[in-house]
Amino acid sequence: MAAAVPQAGGQAPPASVVQRKSRTGYVLLFPGMAWLAVFFAIPLVTLFATSLQSPIEGRTGRYKPGLEIGNYASALSEYWPQFLRSFLYAGVATVLALAIAYPLAYFIAFRAGKWRSLMLVLVIAPSFASFLLRTYAWKTILADEGPITSTLNALHLLPDGRILNTWIAVIAGLTYNFLPFMILPLYAALEKIDPRLIEAASDLYASPQTAFRKVTWPLSMPGVVAGTLLTFIPAAGDYINAELLGSPKNRMIGNEIQTNFIEYRDYPTASALSFILMTIILVMVFTYIRRAGTEDLV
Amino acid sequence: MSDETRQVDDLRMTSLTKKFGDHAAVDDLTLTIPAGSFFALLGASGCGKTTTLRMVAGLEDPTSGSIFIGERDITHLRAFERPVNTVFQSYALFPHLDIFENVAFGLRRRGVKDVKATVESMLELVELSPMARRKPTQLSGGQQQRVAVARALINRPDVLLLDEPLGALDLKLRRQMQIELKRIQVEVGTTFVHVTHDQEEAMTMADTVAVMNSGRIEQMGHPADIYELPRTVFVANFLGQANLIVGTRAGNAGADVVVSSFGQSFAVPSERVFAAGSDLIVGVRPEKITILDLVDAGRVPEHHNRITGRVTDVSYTGVSTQYLVKAPWEQELIVFEQNVVVGDRSEVGDEVVLHWSPKHTFGLDGSSGTTVGVDPEVLELEAVNQSLVADDAEA
Repeated sequence: MAAAVPQAGGQAPPASVVQRKSRTGYVLLFPGMAWLAVFFAIPLVTLFATSLQSPIEGRTGRYKPGLEIGNYASALSEYWPQFLRSFLYAGVATVLALAIAYPLAYFIAFRAGKWRSLMLVLVIAPSFASFLLRTYAWKTILADEGPITSTLNALHLLPDGRILNTWIAVIAGLTYNFLPFMILPLYAALEKIDPRLIEAASDLYASPQTAFRKVTWPLSMPGVVAGTLLTFIPAAGDYINAELLGSPKNRMIGNEIQTNFIEYRDYPTASALSFILMTIILVMVFTYIRRAGTEDLV
Repeated sequence: MSDETRQVDDLRMTSLTKKFGDHAAVDDLTLTIPAGSFFALLGASGCGKTTTLRMVAGLEDPTSGSIFIGERDITHLRAFERPVNTVFQSYALFPHLDIFENVAFGLRRRGVKDVKATVESMLELVELSPMARRKPTQLSGGQQQRVAVARALINRPDVLLLDEPLGALDLKLRRQMQIELKRIQVEVGTTFVHVTHDQEEAMTMADTVAVMNSGRIEQMGHPADIYELPRTVFVANFLGQANLIVGTRAGNAGADVVVSSFGQSFAVPSERVFAAGSDLIVGVRPEKITILDLVDAGRVPEHHNRITGRVTDVSYTGVSTQYLVKAPWEQELIVFEQNVVVGDRSEVGDEVVLHWSPKHTFGLDGSSGTTVGVDPEVLELEAVNQSLVADDAEA
């Protein structure tokens, strides 16, 4: 696209100017790179080193540098159910969030008219209260004697007779907490779609359902990919929802990392768990993006 | 494309009305568009032409009235059930599909077999075969336009609707596409309904032009017929340019109606007068007028209408010269003269005589003024010019 426009006068700029320009680039890059080095690269290396440490005999919470690959094996064999549960909960929460967010984002983008801005503000508004506080609020909402639980119980819809301290509450909490991260990218993608494309589809014999399947949905794919990633990744590593809304039977991998770090002071295991989680998520994300065929769009 | 013979039917609208609130965008429109014709709906923005098109396409529900193709009432069919396809303004090509899939879209929805061969021959028709696997954004405006035509036409609709299809193209490309579209229409024989605000485009392409104004059709017919014999002031002004001189009916002379205005009289054949009242407007197109130096006034044929005046502006445009001539009653008349003879031009300030044949004159209803249908911006400019001239005169 960039056509070579001849400079006025037809001369190339002197070499010193070119050099100064490229130096400016590095100078501008420096703060960001420094930030990444100090707060991302170094901690990551430290974390990795920690994950390979071995305990010092007789001194709990003290470790010496090492190459204890076995930490990974033991972490996996001990905590694989929590890993599975984390991805299961996060996956279900992501699907639920997509199911709730898509119609809502669609409505805001195409039908809300003058209410559009207000609705967007309402989507973001809960984020003004702290994450922890909102999750505590769900404890009250889903409490055993609360209106929701009693209503569902009266209809005999709850297998355990309660919501709080079950997987239902954990998934509900995850879905709720990460919903805005699903809605906003979806809205951004849908809002960009020219409504005339949908008219064109219907002009070309596509029923409303087909028009959605063949035009709206594929064009909203960037939003779907971004939204599901922004929901799934933090949800898989979350521990607050399981901690506050679940029972010990619903512990996710985040809970185990936290407990290992803070309570058992088993830093190598906690670090190994973190690394395993990170790796699995990375692999899943890359597979997913490749499947969705939108590397260039994310 | 056409080895099977196909029954093509007329598109008919009866008392079609569309109201947005109290405003009637389309007002009791009854219209038959013959099968296989290239029909243009011409009008300024907001005249209801696009609304009419959208109602035919099924993208807008009429408030009342009906739409038929042949004897089939399609008024209440949904857009995707109608045998009608649209070339949208700025094309609305699917950005996530390549050219081939864009063109194949309608065929695939209808489950037509042999999509590949059909799409390939359609791409050939619009000369885009090498572009089949490109995405729409990788194409130029003119190419995108042809994809839009191909995507609609491939479905062999009973009627092809074109909504300002050339509006986004630059002038030169537009001319080229006008010819191209006309060629395609002749080749496939489908009824084309073309909505445009560009009078030249409508006249070049269509075999029937309907001039629309505030939701109604002002006049309809072959472009030449409408141009030569406009029936309303709106049409006279909107389609090309016209000199319109207000006057009153002063009687008849043989087959002519005599109109007197500003102390002069003009003859208009009575079959070219479209008003019953006594207020008449005498009209003549600028290229029908001959301009002569006043000394040559003796050469004006006996029965011709004539005006003497003074040249106030001369613009040379290559093919022709355009004069503004101020009549004794201060009205400026436009005259186009073909540049057949070199060096025979009148100059600003020359006293001249204008004359034209009565059979090029038309008589219109004088009750609504002479400026209906003139672009408001042009009127504004004229007003500014007038006041500038007045200021000069004072100084």
